[in-house]
Amino acid sequence: MDPTNADLVLDGNAVAGVLAEIFGDDLTAVLGTCPDCGKRAELATCRAYTHAPGIVLRCSACDGVQLRIAWTPRGYRYEARVQVDGRFPASG
Amino acid sequence: MGERFVTRGFTGHPQPAGPAKDRIPPGQHLVSDFPVLSAGPTPRIDLRTWEFSIEGAVRQPVKWSWDEFRALPAQEFVVDISCVTTWTKLDTRWRGVSVDVLLEHTELAPDARFLTALCYGGYTTNLPLPDALNGQAFVAYEYDGQPLPPDHGGPARLVVPHLYFWKSAKWVRGLRLMADDREGFWESLGYNNHGDPWKEERYSGDS
Amino acid sequence: MTTALEWQLATVTAIRAETAKVKSFTFALPGWTRHRAGQHYDIRLTAPDGYRAQRSYSIASEPERTGEIDLTIERVEGGEVSVFMHEVVAVGDRIEVRGPIGGYFVWEADMAGPLLLVAGGSGIVPLMSMLRHRAATGSTVPARILYSSRTYDDVIYRDELDRLKAAGDSFEVFHTLTRAQPAGWTGFARRIDGRMLSDISQAFGAKALTFICGPTPLVESAANGLLELGLKAERIKTERFGPSGK
Repeated sequence: MDPTNADLVLDGNAVAGVLAEIFGDDLTAVLGTCPDCGKRAELATCRAYTHAPGIVLRCSACDGVQLRIAWTPRGYRYEARVQVDGRFPASG
Repeated sequence: MGERFVTRGFTGHPQPAGPAKDRIPPGQHLVSDFPVLSAGPTPRIDLRTWEFSIEGAVRQPVKWSWDEFRALPAQEFVVDISCVTTWTKLDTRWRGVSVDVLLEHTELAPDARFLTALCYGGYTTNLPLPDALNGQAFVAYEYDGQPLPPDHGGPARLVVPHLYFWKSAKWVRGLRLMADDREGFWESLGYNNHGDPWKEERYSGDS
Repeated sequence: MTTALEWQLATVTAIRAETAKVKSFTFALPGWTRHRAGQHYDIRLTAPDGYRAQRSYSIASEPERTGEIDLTIERVEGGEVSVFMHEVVAVGDRIEVRGPIGGYFVWEADMAGPLLLVAGGSGIVPLMSMLRHRAATGSTVPARILYSSRTYDDVIYRDELDRLKAAGDSFEVFHTLTRAQPAGWTGFARRIDGRMLSDISQAFGAKALTFICGPTPLVESAANGLLELGLKAERIKTERFGPSGK
Protein backbone atom coordinates (compact mmCIF):
# COMPACT_ATOMS: atom_id res chain seq x y z
CA MET A 1 0.00 0.00 0.00
CA ASP A 2 1.30 3.45 -0.83
CA PRO A 3 2.27 5.54 2.17
CA THR A 4 -0.38 8.01 3.31
CA ASN A 5 0.13 11.68 3.99
CA ALA A 6 0.28 10.87 7.71
CA ASP A 7 3.07 8.30 7.16
CA LEU A 8 5.14 10.85 5.29
CA VAL A 9 5.09 13.57 7.94
CA LEU A 10 8.46 13.96 9.65
CA ASP A 11 9.69 16.45 12.22
CA GLY A 12 12.18 19.27 12.51
CA ASN A 13 15.05 16.81 13.00
CA ALA A 14 14.70 15.82 9.35
CA VAL A 15 15.33 19.32 8.09
CA ALA A 16 18.11 20.25 10.50
CA GLY A 17 20.66 20.34 7.68
CA VAL A 18 18.54 22.66 5.54
CA LEU A 19 17.93 24.99 8.49
CA ALA A 20 21.63 25.06 9.26
CA GLU A 21 22.37 25.85 5.64
CA ILE A 22 19.92 28.76 5.53
CA PHE A 23 20.40 30.23 8.99
CA GLY A 24 23.99 29.24 9.64
CA ASP A 25 23.27 27.27 12.77
CA ASP A 26 21.58 24.09 13.98
CA LEU A 27 18.16 25.34 15.05
CA THR A 28 16.53 22.08 16.09
CA ALA A 29 17.04 22.65 19.81
CA VAL A 30 16.01 26.32 19.61
CA LEU A 31 12.68 27.22 21.22
CA GLY A 32 10.05 28.84 19.03
CA THR A 33 6.64 30.29 19.82
CA CYS A 34 3.74 29.55 17.48
CA PRO A 35 2.14 32.83 16.35
CA ASP A 36 -1.27 31.15 16.09
CA CYS A 37 -1.66 29.24 19.37
CA GLY A 38 1.26 30.40 21.46
CA LYS A 39 2.78 26.94 21.97
CA ARG A 40 6.46 27.15 22.82
CA ALA A 41 8.58 24.18 21.79
CA GLU A 42 11.87 23.20 20.16
CA LEU A 43 11.82 23.48 16.37
CA ALA A 44 12.67 19.77 16.27
CA THR A 45 9.13 19.04 17.45
CA CYS A 46 7.47 20.82 14.53
CA ARG A 47 5.78 18.57 12.03
CA ALA A 48 7.76 18.70 8.79
CA TYR A 49 6.07 18.32 5.43
CA THR A 50 8.94 17.50 3.08
CA HIS A 51 7.12 15.74 0.25
CA ALA A 52 6.27 18.95 -1.53
CA PRO A 53 7.85 21.54 -3.80
CA GLY A 54 9.45 22.78 -0.58
CA ILE A 55 9.42 22.26 3.17
CA VAL A 56 6.69 23.35 5.55
CA LEU A 57 7.19 23.24 9.32
CA ARG A 58 3.96 23.30 11.30
CA CYS A 59 3.13 23.66 14.98
CA SER A 60 2.73 20.27 16.69
CA ALA A 61 -0.28 21.61 18.60
CA CYS A 62 -2.32 23.56 16.05
CA ASP A 63 -0.70 22.83 12.64
CA GLY A 64 -0.11 26.54 12.10
CA VAL A 65 2.67 27.26 9.62
CA GLN A 66 5.91 28.08 11.46
CA LEU A 67 8.30 28.17 8.55
CA ARG A 68 7.99 27.67 4.78
CA ILE A 69 11.06 27.01 2.66
CA ALA A 70 11.49 26.56 -1.07
CA TRP A 71 14.72 25.81 -2.88
CA THR A 72 15.18 27.45 -6.24
CA PRO A 73 18.28 27.43 -8.42
CA ARG A 74 18.98 30.90 -7.04
CA GLY A 75 19.09 29.60 -3.49
CA TYR A 76 16.65 29.10 -0.64
CA ARG A 77 13.65 31.34 -0.11
CA TYR A 78 11.76 31.20 3.15
CA GLU A 79 9.07 32.83 5.23
CA ALA A 80 9.27 32.47 9.01
CA ARG A 81 6.21 33.03 11.19
CA VAL A 82 7.52 31.29 14.29
CA GLN A 83 8.93 33.65 16.91
CA VAL A 84 12.45 32.68 17.89
CA ASP A 85 13.80 35.35 20.24
CA GLY A 86 13.97 37.75 17.29
CA ARG A 87 16.73 35.59 15.85
CA PHE A 88 15.94 35.37 12.17
CA PRO A 89 14.30 37.81 9.76
CA ALA A 90 10.73 36.96 8.74
CA SER A 91 11.59 36.20 5.17
CA GLY A 92 14.49 35.78 2.85
CA MET B 1 34.63 24.63 -4.51
CA GLY B 2 35.71 24.50 -8.15
CA GLU B 3 34.60 21.49 -10.12
CA ARG B 4 31.55 19.68 -8.91
CA PHE B 5 32.20 16.20 -7.50
CA VAL B 6 30.45 13.44 -9.44
CA THR B 7 29.50 10.29 -7.55
CA ARG B 8 30.80 7.15 -9.22
CA GLY B 9 27.97 5.09 -10.68
CA PHE B 10 25.12 7.50 -9.86
CA THR B 11 22.97 8.40 -12.84
CA GLY B 12 19.83 9.81 -11.24
CA HIS B 13 16.55 9.05 -12.96
CA PRO B 14 16.77 7.11 -16.22
CA GLN B 15 16.11 9.19 -19.33
CA PRO B 16 12.61 8.62 -20.68
CA ALA B 17 12.58 6.01 -23.41
CA GLY B 18 10.03 4.02 -25.33
CA PRO B 19 6.72 5.04 -26.89
CA ALA B 20 5.74 7.40 -24.05
CA LYS B 21 8.91 9.45 -24.44
CA ASP B 22 7.30 12.35 -26.29
CA ARG B 23 4.59 12.70 -23.69
CA ILE B 24 7.05 13.42 -20.91
CA PRO B 25 7.97 17.09 -20.50
CA PRO B 26 11.65 18.07 -20.24
CA GLY B 27 13.34 17.20 -16.96
CA GLN B 28 10.56 14.85 -15.91
CA HIS B 29 10.51 11.12 -15.33
CA LEU B 30 7.66 8.64 -15.53
CA VAL B 31 6.06 7.13 -12.44
CA SER B 32 3.37 4.49 -12.19
CA ASP B 33 2.29 5.14 -8.60
CA PHE B 34 0.58 8.37 -7.54
CA PRO B 35 2.92 10.16 -5.12
CA VAL B 36 1.28 12.04 -2.26
CA LEU B 37 2.71 15.50 -1.83
CA SER B 38 1.37 17.93 0.69
CA ALA B 39 2.14 21.18 2.43
CA GLY B 40 0.10 20.22 5.46
CA PRO B 41 -2.12 17.64 7.12
CA THR B 42 -5.03 16.17 5.18
CA PRO B 43 -8.03 18.22 6.27
CA ARG B 44 -11.04 16.32 7.59
CA ILE B 45 -13.95 17.81 5.70
CA ASP B 46 -17.59 17.10 6.46
CA LEU B 47 -19.62 16.84 3.27
CA ARG B 48 -22.60 18.25 5.15
CA THR B 49 -20.79 21.56 5.55
CA TRP B 50 -18.60 21.48 2.41
CA GLU B 51 -19.11 24.47 0.16
CA PHE B 52 -17.67 25.67 -3.12
CA SER B 53 -17.85 29.35 -3.98
CA ILE B 54 -17.01 31.69 -6.84
CA GLU B 55 -16.29 35.13 -5.45
CA GLY B 56 -14.37 38.32 -6.04
CA ALA B 57 -14.47 40.13 -9.40
CA VAL B 58 -17.86 38.70 -10.37
CA ARG B 59 -21.28 40.30 -10.67
CA GLN B 60 -22.71 37.94 -8.06
CA PRO B 61 -20.88 35.47 -5.81
CA VAL B 62 -22.14 31.89 -6.20
CA LYS B 63 -22.02 29.04 -3.71
CA TRP B 64 -22.87 25.34 -3.93
CA SER B 65 -23.36 22.72 -1.26
CA TRP B 66 -21.99 19.22 -1.90
CA ASP B 67 -25.32 17.94 -3.20
CA GLU B 68 -25.78 21.00 -5.40
CA PHE B 69 -22.27 20.66 -6.76
CA ARG B 70 -22.74 16.97 -7.56
CA ALA B 71 -25.87 17.88 -9.52
CA LEU B 72 -23.88 20.09 -11.91
CA PRO B 73 -23.04 18.69 -15.35
CA ALA B 74 -19.80 16.78 -14.99
CA GLN B 75 -17.49 14.94 -17.33
CA GLU B 76 -14.83 12.31 -17.27
CA PHE B 77 -11.41 13.32 -18.55
CA VAL B 78 -8.10 11.50 -18.98
CA VAL B 79 -4.97 13.60 -18.75
CA ASP B 80 -1.23 13.46 -18.14
CA ILE B 81 -0.01 15.27 -15.04
CA SER B 82 3.42 16.64 -14.16
CA CYS B 83 4.70 17.66 -10.75
CA VAL B 84 7.47 20.23 -10.43
CA THR B 85 9.34 17.70 -8.26
CA THR B 86 9.95 15.92 -11.62
CA TRP B 87 7.48 13.06 -11.71
CA THR B 88 4.99 12.69 -14.53
CA LYS B 89 2.05 10.31 -14.58
CA LEU B 90 0.25 9.48 -17.79
CA ASP B 91 -3.42 8.77 -18.47
CA THR B 92 -4.88 9.77 -15.13
CA ARG B 93 -8.65 9.45 -15.13
CA TRP B 94 -10.87 11.95 -13.35
CA ARG B 95 -14.46 13.08 -13.14
CA GLY B 96 -15.49 16.62 -12.32
CA VAL B 97 -17.04 19.90 -13.32
CA SER B 98 -15.21 22.19 -15.68
CA VAL B 99 -14.46 25.71 -14.51
CA ASP B 100 -16.26 26.89 -17.65
CA VAL B 101 -19.49 25.36 -16.32
CA LEU B 102 -18.94 26.91 -12.90
CA LEU B 103 -18.37 30.37 -14.36
CA GLU B 104 -21.59 30.13 -16.35
CA HIS B 105 -23.42 30.64 -13.08
CA THR B 106 -22.18 34.18 -12.70
CA GLU B 107 -20.84 37.06 -14.75
CA LEU B 108 -17.23 38.03 -14.64
CA ALA B 109 -16.43 41.65 -13.92
CA PRO B 110 -14.73 43.31 -16.89
CA ASP B 111 -11.44 43.52 -14.99
CA ALA B 112 -11.34 39.85 -13.93
CA ARG B 113 -8.03 38.62 -15.27
CA PHE B 114 -6.66 36.23 -12.62
CA LEU B 115 -7.96 33.69 -10.18
CA THR B 116 -6.82 32.33 -6.85
CA ALA B 117 -7.84 28.86 -5.70
CA LEU B 118 -8.84 28.85 -2.03
CA CYS B 119 -8.63 25.62 -0.04
CA TYR B 120 -9.55 23.96 3.23
CA GLY B 121 -6.29 23.97 5.21
CA GLY B 122 -5.24 27.35 3.85
CA TYR B 123 -3.36 26.47 0.67
CA THR B 124 -3.61 28.89 -2.25
CA THR B 125 -2.41 28.98 -5.83
CA ASN B 126 -2.94 31.55 -8.58
CA LEU B 127 -3.67 31.25 -12.31
CA PRO B 128 -4.19 33.65 -15.18
CA LEU B 129 -7.89 33.38 -16.04
CA PRO B 130 -7.30 32.22 -19.65
CA ASP B 131 -5.52 29.12 -18.26
CA ALA B 132 -8.69 28.13 -16.40
CA LEU B 133 -11.07 28.36 -19.37
CA ASN B 134 -11.94 26.30 -22.43
CA GLY B 135 -11.75 22.89 -20.85
CA GLN B 136 -8.32 23.44 -19.29
CA ALA B 137 -9.44 23.34 -15.64
CA PHE B 138 -11.84 21.23 -13.61
CA VAL B 139 -12.97 20.76 -10.06
CA ALA B 140 -12.69 16.99 -9.78
CA TYR B 141 -14.27 14.70 -7.19
CA GLU B 142 -13.48 11.30 -8.66
CA TYR B 143 -10.14 9.75 -9.50
CA ASP B 144 -9.83 6.46 -11.39
CA GLY B 145 -13.53 5.77 -11.03
CA GLN B 146 -13.59 6.16 -7.23
CA PRO B 147 -14.36 9.08 -4.94
CA LEU B 148 -11.25 11.22 -4.72
CA PRO B 149 -9.26 9.98 -1.68
CA PRO B 150 -8.58 12.61 1.01
CA ASP B 151 -4.79 12.34 0.65
CA HIS B 152 -5.15 13.22 -3.02
CA GLY B 153 -7.38 16.19 -2.36
CA GLY B 154 -10.82 14.74 -1.70
CA PRO B 155 -13.67 15.63 -1.48
CA ALA B 156 -12.73 17.87 -4.42
CA ARG B 157 -9.64 19.40 -5.94
CA LEU B 158 -8.73 21.65 -8.81
CA VAL B 159 -7.19 19.84 -11.77
CA VAL B 160 -5.29 21.98 -14.29
CA PRO B 161 -3.28 19.38 -16.19
CA HIS B 162 -1.49 21.69 -18.60
CA LEU B 163 0.39 23.34 -15.72
CA TYR B 164 2.62 21.85 -13.01
CA PHE B 165 0.49 20.01 -10.52
CA TRP B 166 1.05 22.39 -7.58
CA LYS B 167 -1.52 24.53 -9.40
CA SER B 168 -4.06 21.68 -9.10
CA ALA B 169 -5.00 22.72 -5.59
CA LYS B 170 -6.18 19.98 -3.23
CA TRP B 171 -9.19 20.42 -0.94
CA VAL B 172 -10.41 23.35 -3.02
CA ARG B 173 -13.30 25.33 -1.59
CA GLY B 174 -13.57 28.18 -4.06
CA LEU B 175 -12.14 30.37 -6.76
CA ARG B 176 -11.63 34.10 -6.27
CA LEU B 177 -11.58 36.16 -9.45
CA MET B 178 -9.25 39.14 -9.35
CA ALA B 179 -8.10 42.10 -11.38
CA ASP B 180 -4.56 41.84 -10.13
CA ASP B 181 -2.45 38.72 -9.74
CA ARG B 182 -1.66 37.55 -6.23
CA GLU B 183 1.03 34.93 -5.61
CA GLY B 184 -0.09 31.76 -3.89
CA PHE B 185 1.62 29.51 -1.36
CA TRP B 186 4.52 28.26 -3.49
CA GLU B 187 4.56 31.13 -5.97
CA SER B 188 5.40 33.53 -3.14
CA LEU B 189 8.51 31.48 -2.37
CA GLY B 190 9.94 31.58 -5.88
CA TYR B 191 7.89 29.13 -7.90
CA ASN B 192 6.80 30.26 -11.34
CA ASN B 193 3.60 32.23 -11.65
CA HIS B 194 2.54 30.33 -14.73
CA GLY B 195 4.10 26.86 -14.53
CA ASP B 196 4.06 25.35 -18.03
CA PRO B 197 5.95 22.02 -17.86
CA TRP B 198 6.71 22.06 -21.58
CA LYS B 199 8.60 25.32 -21.13
CA GLU B 200 10.03 24.15 -17.80
CA GLU B 201 8.55 27.15 -16.01
CA ARG B 202 9.43 25.83 -12.56
CA TYR B 203 10.80 28.89 -10.81
CA SER B 204 10.18 32.62 -11.18
CA GLY B 205 12.47 33.93 -13.87
CA ASP B 206 12.23 30.74 -15.93
CA SER B 207 11.15 31.54 -19.53
CA MET C 1 38.69 22.67 9.70
CA THR C 2 35.50 21.35 8.21
CA THR C 3 32.34 22.67 9.80
CA ALA C 4 29.17 20.64 10.06
CA LEU C 5 27.69 22.75 7.27
CA GLU C 6 30.36 21.95 4.72
CA TRP C 7 30.32 18.97 2.44
CA GLN C 8 33.36 16.75 2.70
CA LEU C 9 34.47 13.73 0.73
CA ALA C 10 34.24 10.60 2.85
CA THR C 11 35.74 7.27 1.79
CA VAL C 12 33.82 4.05 2.28
CA THR C 13 36.17 1.72 4.16
CA ALA C 14 33.77 -1.09 5.05
CA ILE C 15 30.30 -2.37 4.16
CA ARG C 16 28.52 -4.85 6.39
CA ALA C 17 25.13 -6.50 5.88
CA GLU C 18 23.06 -6.26 9.05
CA THR C 19 19.89 -7.86 7.66
CA ALA C 20 18.58 -8.66 4.19
CA LYS C 21 17.55 -5.04 3.66
CA VAL C 22 19.95 -3.16 5.93
CA LYS C 23 23.64 -2.41 5.54
CA SER C 24 26.14 -0.47 7.61
CA PHE C 25 28.72 1.67 5.87
CA THR C 26 31.91 2.87 7.52
CA PHE C 27 33.08 6.26 6.26
CA ALA C 28 36.55 7.62 6.92
CA LEU C 29 36.16 11.41 7.27
CA PRO C 30 39.06 13.75 6.60
CA GLY C 31 37.17 16.42 8.52
CA TRP C 32 35.82 14.18 11.30
CA THR C 33 34.49 16.04 14.31
CA ARG C 34 33.18 14.37 17.42
CA HIS C 35 29.43 13.89 17.15
CA ARG C 36 26.79 13.35 19.81
CA ALA C 37 24.83 10.10 19.89
CA GLY C 38 21.55 10.67 18.05
CA GLN C 39 22.87 13.06 15.43
CA HIS C 40 22.92 12.39 11.72
CA TYR C 41 24.85 13.06 8.53
CA ASP C 42 23.49 14.10 5.14
CA ILE C 43 24.62 12.14 2.08
CA ARG C 44 24.62 13.79 -1.33
CA LEU C 45 24.90 12.01 -4.68
CA THR C 46 25.64 13.88 -7.90
CA ALA C 47 25.07 12.49 -11.41
CA PRO C 48 27.23 13.54 -14.38
CA ASP C 49 24.45 15.85 -15.63
CA GLY C 50 24.41 17.65 -12.29
CA TYR C 51 21.26 15.99 -10.94
CA ARG C 52 21.50 15.60 -7.16
CA ALA C 53 19.82 13.47 -4.55
CA GLN C 54 20.30 14.04 -0.84
CA ARG C 55 19.13 12.17 2.25
CA SER C 56 19.82 12.17 6.00
CA TYR C 57 21.00 9.09 7.88
CA SER C 58 21.50 8.71 11.61
CA ILE C 59 24.98 7.95 12.87
CA ALA C 60 25.13 4.40 14.22
CA SER C 61 28.60 4.57 15.75
CA GLU C 62 29.64 6.00 19.08
CA PRO C 63 31.44 9.39 19.32
CA GLU C 64 34.35 7.61 20.98
CA ARG C 65 35.35 6.10 17.62
CA THR C 66 37.47 8.80 16.07
CA GLY C 67 38.11 9.63 12.43
CA GLU C 68 35.24 7.58 11.07
CA ILE C 69 31.50 7.01 11.39
CA ASP C 70 29.08 4.19 10.63
CA LEU C 71 25.81 4.93 8.90
CA THR C 72 23.27 2.11 8.90
CA ILE C 73 20.96 2.41 5.91
CA GLU C 74 17.80 0.51 5.11
CA ARG C 75 17.14 -0.21 1.44
CA VAL C 76 13.81 1.45 0.67
CA GLU C 77 12.02 0.27 -2.49
CA GLY C 78 12.29 3.07 -5.03
CA GLY C 79 14.53 5.07 -2.71
CA GLU C 80 17.02 7.02 -4.79
CA VAL C 81 19.85 7.12 -2.31
CA SER C 82 19.32 3.93 -0.33
CA VAL C 83 19.05 1.76 -3.44
CA PHE C 84 22.25 3.32 -4.79
CA MET C 85 24.05 2.74 -1.49
CA HIS C 86 22.97 -0.89 -1.44
CA GLU C 87 23.52 -1.77 -5.07
CA VAL C 88 26.35 0.36 -6.38
CA VAL C 89 28.60 1.65 -3.60
CA ALA C 90 31.80 -0.33 -3.05
CA VAL C 91 34.65 -0.11 -0.56
CA GLY C 92 36.99 2.63 -1.73
CA ASP C 93 34.23 4.83 -3.18
CA ARG C 94 34.08 8.47 -2.15
CA ILE C 95 30.76 9.97 -1.12
CA GLU C 96 29.92 13.57 -0.20
CA VAL C 97 28.64 13.90 3.35
CA ARG C 98 27.78 16.78 5.68
CA GLY C 99 27.45 16.78 9.44
CA PRO C 100 27.12 16.00 12.27
CA ILE C 101 23.70 17.62 12.49
CA GLY C 102 21.02 17.78 15.17
CA GLY C 103 20.99 19.36 18.60
CA TYR C 104 17.71 18.05 19.93
CA PHE C 105 17.55 14.27 19.63
CA VAL C 106 20.83 13.56 21.39
CA TRP C 107 21.91 11.70 24.53
CA GLU C 108 25.18 11.95 26.33
CA ALA C 109 26.07 9.84 29.34
CA ASP C 110 26.15 12.86 31.63
CA MET C 111 22.48 13.52 30.87
CA ALA C 112 21.83 10.46 33.06
CA GLY C 113 18.43 8.76 33.00
CA PRO C 114 17.09 6.21 33.53
CA LEU C 115 17.13 5.87 29.76
CA LEU C 116 14.06 4.50 27.99
CA LEU C 117 14.45 3.85 24.27
CA VAL C 118 11.67 2.88 21.86
CA ALA C 119 12.54 1.94 18.29
CA GLY C 120 10.67 0.78 15.21
CA GLY C 121 12.61 -0.74 12.32
CA SER C 122 15.53 1.42 11.23
CA GLY C 123 14.64 3.83 14.04
CA ILE C 124 17.04 1.73 16.11
CA VAL C 125 20.04 3.41 14.47
CA PRO C 126 20.35 6.65 16.49
CA LEU C 127 19.40 4.75 19.64
CA MET C 128 22.18 2.25 18.95
CA SER C 129 24.62 5.13 18.83
CA MET C 130 23.38 6.09 22.29
CA LEU C 131 23.79 2.52 23.58
CA ARG C 132 27.26 2.19 22.07
CA HIS C 133 28.22 5.52 23.62
CA ARG C 134 26.84 4.32 26.95
CA ALA C 135 28.95 1.15 26.73
CA ALA C 136 32.07 3.03 25.60
CA THR C 137 31.91 5.39 28.57
CA GLY C 138 31.23 2.56 31.03
CA SER C 139 28.04 4.35 32.06
CA THR C 140 25.82 2.48 34.48
CA VAL C 141 22.77 4.62 33.82
CA PRO C 142 19.93 2.09 33.82
CA ALA C 143 18.68 1.67 30.28
CA ARG C 144 16.11 -0.41 28.49
CA ILE C 145 15.00 -0.57 24.89
CA LEU C 146 11.70 -1.68 23.36
CA TYR C 147 12.43 -2.58 19.74
CA SER C 148 9.70 -3.35 17.21
CA SER C 149 10.60 -5.33 14.09
CA ARG C 150 8.57 -7.32 11.59
CA THR C 151 10.37 -10.63 11.97
CA TYR C 152 13.35 -12.12 13.79
CA ASP C 153 15.50 -11.75 10.67
CA ASP C 154 14.65 -8.04 10.47
CA VAL C 155 16.13 -7.26 13.87
CA ILE C 156 19.11 -5.00 13.24
CA TYR C 157 22.11 -5.39 15.61
CA ARG C 158 20.42 -8.42 17.13
CA ASP C 159 23.58 -10.15 18.33
CA GLU C 160 25.16 -6.95 19.60
CA LEU C 161 22.05 -6.12 21.62
CA ASP C 162 22.20 -9.62 23.12
CA ARG C 163 25.86 -9.09 24.04
CA LEU C 164 25.16 -5.73 25.65
CA LYS C 165 22.34 -7.30 27.61
CA ALA C 166 24.51 -10.22 28.70
CA ALA C 167 27.18 -7.84 29.93
CA GLY C 168 24.73 -7.26 32.73
CA ASP C 169 25.17 -3.62 33.57
CA SER C 170 21.60 -2.42 34.03
CA PHE C 171 20.64 -2.77 30.39
CA GLU C 172 17.57 -4.68 29.20
CA VAL C 173 16.20 -5.41 25.75
CA PHE C 174 12.56 -6.04 24.90
CA HIS C 175 11.76 -7.15 21.38
CA THR C 176 8.40 -7.25 19.73
CA LEU C 177 7.97 -9.02 16.39
CA THR C 178 4.83 -7.84 14.70
CA ARG C 179 4.50 -10.01 11.61
CA ALA C 180 5.96 -13.43 12.37
CA GLN C 181 7.74 -15.05 15.29
CA PRO C 182 10.12 -18.03 15.32
CA ALA C 183 9.16 -21.24 17.10
CA GLY C 184 9.68 -20.90 20.82
CA TRP C 185 9.59 -17.09 20.79
CA THR C 186 8.94 -15.69 24.25
CA GLY C 187 9.09 -11.95 23.48
CA PHE C 188 6.21 -9.68 22.54
CA ALA C 189 4.39 -10.55 19.34
CA ARG C 190 2.28 -7.53 18.45
CA ARG C 191 2.45 -3.82 17.61
CA ILE C 192 3.47 -1.56 20.46
CA ASP C 193 0.45 -0.62 22.56
CA GLY C 194 -0.33 0.98 25.90
CA ARG C 195 -0.13 -2.27 27.83
CA MET C 196 3.30 -3.10 26.43
CA LEU C 197 4.57 0.40 27.15
CA SER C 198 3.26 0.16 30.69
CA ASP C 199 5.00 -3.18 31.22
CA ILE C 200 8.41 -1.99 30.09
CA SER C 201 8.35 1.52 31.47
CA GLN C 202 6.99 0.79 34.93
CA ALA C 203 10.38 0.05 36.46
CA PHE C 204 11.60 3.50 35.44
CA GLY C 205 8.40 5.45 36.08
CA ALA C 206 8.04 9.11 35.35
CA LYS C 207 11.78 9.78 35.86
CA ALA C 208 12.63 8.13 32.55
CA LEU C 209 14.41 10.11 29.86
CA THR C 210 12.78 8.73 26.72
CA PHE C 211 13.87 8.67 23.07
CA ILE C 212 11.51 7.29 20.42
CA CYS C 213 12.55 6.79 16.81
CA GLY C 214 10.98 5.03 13.84
CA PRO C 215 8.17 5.40 11.32
CA THR C 216 5.85 8.31 12.09
CA PRO C 217 2.77 6.29 13.09
CA LEU C 218 4.80 4.20 15.57
CA VAL C 219 6.50 7.26 17.04
CA GLU C 220 3.25 9.14 17.56
CA SER C 221 1.44 6.15 19.00
CA ALA C 222 4.28 5.36 21.42
CA ALA C 223 4.68 8.99 22.49
CA ASN C 224 0.95 9.33 23.13
CA GLY C 225 0.96 6.03 24.98
CA LEU C 226 3.74 7.14 27.31
CA LEU C 227 2.08 10.50 27.93
CA GLU C 228 -1.07 8.64 28.93
CA LEU C 229 0.99 6.63 31.40
CA GLY C 230 2.03 9.87 33.06
CA LEU C 231 5.49 10.47 31.59
CA LYS C 232 6.18 14.16 31.14
CA ALA C 233 6.32 15.59 27.64
CA GLU C 234 9.59 17.41 28.42
CA ARG C 235 11.26 14.06 29.12
CA ILE C 236 10.18 12.48 25.81
CA LYS C 237 12.06 13.19 22.60
CA THR C 238 10.98 11.89 19.23
CA GLU C 239 12.45 11.53 15.77
CA ARG C 240 10.25 10.47 12.86
CA PHE C 241 11.59 8.48 9.95
CA GLY C 242 9.78 8.16 6.62
CA PRO C 243 8.06 4.95 5.58
CA SER C 244 10.31 1.95 5.08
CA GLY C 245 9.97 -0.51 2.25
CA LYS C 246 7.03 -2.86 2.61
